[in-house]
Amino acid sequence: METDSRHTMGDRMLRKEDGRFIRGKGNYVDDVRLPSMLHSAILRSPFAHARINNIDTSAALELEGVHAVITGEDLAAQGLAWMPTLAGDTQAVLATDKVRFQGQEVAFVVADDKYVAQDALELIDVDYEPLEVIVDSRKALEEGAPIIRDDKEGKEDNRIFSWDAGDKEATQRAFERAEVTVSQDMFYPRCHPAPMETCGAVADYDVSTGKMTLHMTSQAPHAHRTLFAMVSGLPEHQIRIISPDIGGGFGNKVPIYPGYVCAAVASLILGQPVKWMESRSDNLMSTSFARDYHMTGEIAATSDGEILGVRSTILADHGAFDAHAQPGEQYPTGFFPIFTSCYDVPAAYAAATGVYSNKAPGGIAYRCSFRVTEAIYLMERTMDVLADELEMDPVELRRKNFVKKEQMPYVSVMGWEYDGGDYDAGLDEALRIAGYEELLEEQKKAREEGRIMGIGFSTFTEIVGAGPGKKCHIAGIEMFDSAELRLHPTGKAILKLGVKSQGQGHETTFAQIVAGELGIPAENVEVREGDTDNTPFGLGTYASRSTPVCGAATAIVSRKVREKGKKIAAHMLEASAEDMEWTGERFQVKGSPDRGATMEEVSFAAYTNVPDGEEAGLEGVTYYDPPEMTYPFGAYICVVEIDRGTGQVEVKRFIAVDDCGVRINPMIVEGQMHGGLASGIGTALMEVIEFDEEGNHLNSSFMDYLMLTSMEAPSYELGEIVTPSTHHPLGARGVAESPTVGSPPAVVNAVVDALSPYGVRHLDMPLTPARVWAALRENGVDA
Amino acid sequence: MQVPARFDYEVAASVEEAIRLLERHGPEARLLAGGHSLIPMMKLRLAFPETLIDIHELDGELRYIREEDGALEIGALARHQDVLDSEVVRERYPILWDAETMIADPLVRNMGTVGGSLAHGDPAEDLPAAFMALGCEVVARGPGGERTIPIDELQTGPFETVLDPAEIIVGARILRAPQGSAYTKVKRRTGDYASAAIGVALNISDGEIRDAGIGMCAVGGQTLRARGAEEILEGQRPNMELYKRAGERAAEESEPSEDARGPVEYKRDLVKVLVVRALEKAVERAGGGA
Repeated sequence: METDSRHTMGDRMLRKEDGRFIRGKGNYVDDVRLPSMLHSAILRSPFAHARINNIDTSAALELEGVHAVITGEDLAAQGLAWMPTLAGDTQAVLATDKVRFQGQEVAFVVADDKYVAQDALELIDVDYEPLEVIVDSRKALEEGAPIIRDDKEGKEDNRIFSWDAGDKEATQRAFERAEVTVSQDMFYPRCHPAPMETCGAVADYDVSTGKMTLHMTSQAPHAHRTLFAMVSGLPEHQIRIISPDIGGGFGNKVPIYPGYVCAAVASLILGQPVKWMESRSDNLMSTSFARDYHMTGEIAATSDGEILGVRSTILADHGAFDAHAQPGEQYPTGFFPIFTSCYDVPAAYAAATGVYSNKAPGGIAYRCSFRVTEAIYLMERTMDVLADELEMDPVELRRKNFVKKEQMPYVSVMGWEYDGGDYDAGLDEALRIAGYEELLEEQKKAREEGRIMGIGFSTFTEIVGAGPGKKCHIAGIEMFDSAELRLHPTGKAILKLGVKSQGQGHETTFAQIVAGELGIPAENVEVREGDTDNTPFGLGTYASRSTPVCGAATAIVSRKVREKGKKIAAHMLEASAEDMEWTGERFQVKGSPDRGATMEEVSFAAYTNVPDGEEAGLEGVTYYDPPEMTYPFGAYICVVEIDRGTGQVEVKRFIAVDDCGVRINPMIVEGQMHGGLASGIGTALMEVIEFDEEGNHLNSSFMDYLMLTSMEAPSYELGEIVTPSTHHPLGARGVAESPTVGSPPAVVNAVVDALSPYGVRHLDMPLTPARVWAALRENGVDA
Repeated sequence: MQVPARFDYEVAASVEEAIRLLERHGPEARLLAGGHSLIPMMKLRLAFPETLIDIHELDGELRYIREEDGALEIGALARHQDVLDSEVVRERYPILWDAETMIADPLVRNMGTVGGSLAHGDPAEDLPAAFMALGCEVVARGPGGERTIPIDELQTGPFETVLDPAEIIVGARILRAPQGSAYTKVKRRTGDYASAAIGVALNISDGEIRDAGIGMCAVGGQTLRARGAEEILEGQRPNMELYKRAGERAAEESEPSEDARGPVEYKRDLVKVLVVRALEKAVERAGGGA
C-alpha cells in the first residue's frame, strides 16, 4: 500500500518508531520471554572494602526453586572470575578475594522466578572482613592508604595513570608574562546516566547447536559480541547479540557488566535461557557512573581580556576498577583536551592523575563525548572567574577570544581540526533571543528590589563523531561505522546499520537520509539495527557518533546504490550512463526532461531488466571511516532567580542556540535538545552520587537520586545556526550531547552571577537549596 | 526489578471484616490502602509484612469529604486528589489545598489516601502537619469500638502511632474552619519529601490573632506542633515583627536532623522563613493585614 506522506531529508517528520512506543508495543529485554526461561538475582556486597573469608551457599541451594548459585570461585575454575574493561584494566565478574565497592557482585542466583531468586540472596552467608575504605580521591595517594587493587601484581599504590598533554613550557611562559591570571578549583560531582530502562540480558545457549544468543541492553552490540568471543572463548559466529528496543542508554549501556557474563555462564551451565534484569538500586549502585573530577582551571590573559594561556589540572576518580570508556589507551581523560573549546588559545596544557577508590567502577561518557562535559565546564567556569577578575562583561570576554569564522578550518593548540563554524553568529542569535540588554535592565531592577537574579553564559565547541579509526578505537577495533542498503523490486528499502538507537530516533532519521539521496519517501525505508546476525559490523551508538559516522555511511551507501541505479536507468531509457543526470527526485536524460525514471522504476528494473554485464539486485554496503571528528557549537544563556529565604534556585529561562550543521530532522534535534538540557540542568542543580565515610552509597533509588522533572524545567527557547560540517557528506555534526555539555556551566554561571554582588565567585554543583542557602548566609544575605 | 518478600493477601469487604482480619493475622499484618508508601518499602525489603489486608473495596464506606454541622469530615480512603478537587477544602480549608498541591506527584495523589498518610506515622508526611495546625481529631475503629484521637496524640515516634494493631483509621474530623490558613514547604524537587514544611491556621478577632495552630513537618522525629510560637501569636495584632518572633520560636521548637536535604541549621532557618510566609498568607486569607 502506498502511503500518502512523502517525507525526506530536512522534514519535521513524526518519528516512525513512536507508533509502537506510544501503544506500549515496544520490545525491551525484559519483554523477552523464552520457553523454560529462568530468572536471576545478584548478591551484592554491603561493604565498600572487605576481604571475603568464606561464602556459604548451601542454604540458598536448598531453597525450593533455586537452580544454581554461582560464586567467583566457580567462575575462576573456568577462567572467568575477571574480565577486561574498556580501559584495558580488569574487573571482577564475581568477587573472589575482596569486595572493592558497595554493591559489587558477589554471587549469582538462578531460580524459577525472580521472587525466589531474591529470597535466596538472603540465605547466602558471606564472611566479610571489613577493610579501610577510600572514598575521597584526594586521599587515594596518601602515604599508608589501603591498596585497593592488590590483585594486580606489584601494585603498591592506588594510581591508575599520570597523563599530560599540550605544551607545558609555552603555557608556563604565558602565565609568567600575563598581566592577569586566575585560578579556580572545582569539583564535577559523580552523577549517573540513570536510563529509565535498567541493564539486563536474556542469555539463551542452545546445547544442540552450540549457539549463544544474548538479548542484551547494548549500545554497541557488535563490539560486545567480539569482546564476548575474546573473553569466553566461544567462537564469534556462534554468538548472536540482539539489542531490542532500548529505554535510554546515555553511555550506561556501553560497558559490559558482570550480570551479562553471569547470565551467559548460567545458561551455558544449565542449558536453559536465563534472564538477568537489574533493579533500579542495582543500576544506580553498580553500573558505570560519570564525572567525579576534581579540577583546577587557570587562565593567563592580558588586562583587556585576551587569553594567552590555559592550564588545567585533574584528579580523576575511576572507582574500584578502571572501567573508563575511552576511545583508545592514548585518551585516559577521553577528549578532555578539547578544553580550549571555541577560543583561540595560543598555549595550553593539561595534566591528570587517575586513581582507584572504593566506589563503583567507571567512569563513562554520560551523554558527552568522552569527558567533554568536564572540559567545557572547566573552561566556561574559569572564563567567568576571569571576567569577574577583569570586571568585564562575560559576553565580551568570550567574543573577544572566539575562533573567528575566517580561521576555519581551525587547528586548536591541542591539535584538533575544527570542521567549520561561526561562533559570533551563534552568540548573536542567543543574545537576540534572550534580549540581553533588557535582561540586564531587568536584573538591575531586581537587585534594587532585593531579588537575586542571575544571567549565565556558556559558549562551547563539542567534539563528537569518533573515529577516525586511526585515532580512535575500542579494544583495538577502529571506530568506523557501517550501513547496508537494499532496494526491493517495488522500490521499498531496507537499511541495516552498525549503530543502535536507544531512543534517538534512528528509524526515522536514517530513513530520511536515504529518502534524500534516492528520492523515495522516508516512509518506504525500513531501518534495522541491533542484531549482530543481521546487520553489518559497527561500533555502536554513543558519544554522538551515529549521525556523524553512520549517517555518513548511510549517505554514501545510498549514493553507491544510486550509481548502479544510474546504469539501470540508462539501460531503461536507452541512453548512455554518461548522459544521465540525477535531479534529486529521479534520473533523466540530460536535455530531455520528458525521459526519466524514478528510483521505484529503477528498482523494479534491477530485478526484471538488468543491462548485460550487470548483476541483478540493487544493494550496497559501506564502512565509513571519517577523516576527522565533528565540532558542534553551542551558545547558551541561563536566567535564574534565587529565593533568598530558602536557597531554592529557579531556572526562569534557558536559551540554547546550536550549530550541529545540517539538520536531518529538526524536530528530533529539538527533542534531543530538550532532553539534554533537562539532564544538564539536573546535573547542575540536584543530581549527585555521594558516599558516606564508610563507602555507603547514599543515592541508590530515585527517592535519593534526584533528576529534573518537567515541573523544574523552564520552557526552553531554542535557536539554530547552520554552518555545514566541512567534511561530513551531509554537512551534519551530531547534537544529542551538546545540551548536556553546555548547560551545567550556564546554570552555575547564572547562580554565581546572581550571588556575585555578595562576593561569591564559585560554587560547586549540585546547587541544592542547602548549598545556595549556605552561600547566602555566609555572605550576609538575610531572608 | 525490585521484588518484595513473600506475603499473604486478604481483601476486606467492610471495616468490620478488616478489623477481624487484623485480629486474626496479628501484629505483622498491614492494611493496604493506596500503597504508595508501603509497597515501595516492601520492594526495597525495608518492610516485611506477613499479611496485607487490602481495603480498596471500602471506598463506599470510607471515601468521602463532607461538611457535617460545620465540621469537615474526611474519610480514610479519600485520595489526596479528592482533597485537592474538593470545593469545600479549597474555599474553607486552603491549608489542605496548599499542602495537596505540593504532596508528591499526580500519580501518588491519585492513589495515596488520607488515612494512610495519618497511619503511616512518617514525620515527613505533610497532611499530619496540616491537620495539626487545624487541630483535627482522628477517628479510629477497633475490636472495642470507635474512639477519637486528638491529632497531637496520634504519633508516638518515627513511623509509630498509638493505634492498636487491630485498629483502623476511618476518618479525620476538623470541628471548625479557621478564618485563615496556609501551608508552605521547601523541597528539593517535585516528588521529594519536604526539607521542611509549615502549616498555619488562625482566626482574627478584633484585629487580633486567635487560636493560632502551627504544625511542623520533617523537622523532628514526629510531626511537631510549635506551641511556643502559637502562644506568642495569641491576642497579638498581625505584623512582620510578630511573625519573625514566632518563626524564631518555632525554629527553637523544631528538632531537625541532618540528612541529604541539609544540615540542622538550614532546616531551623527554613522553619523561621516558612512560618513567616505561612503567617503572612494565612492572615491575608483571614482578611487581616499586617
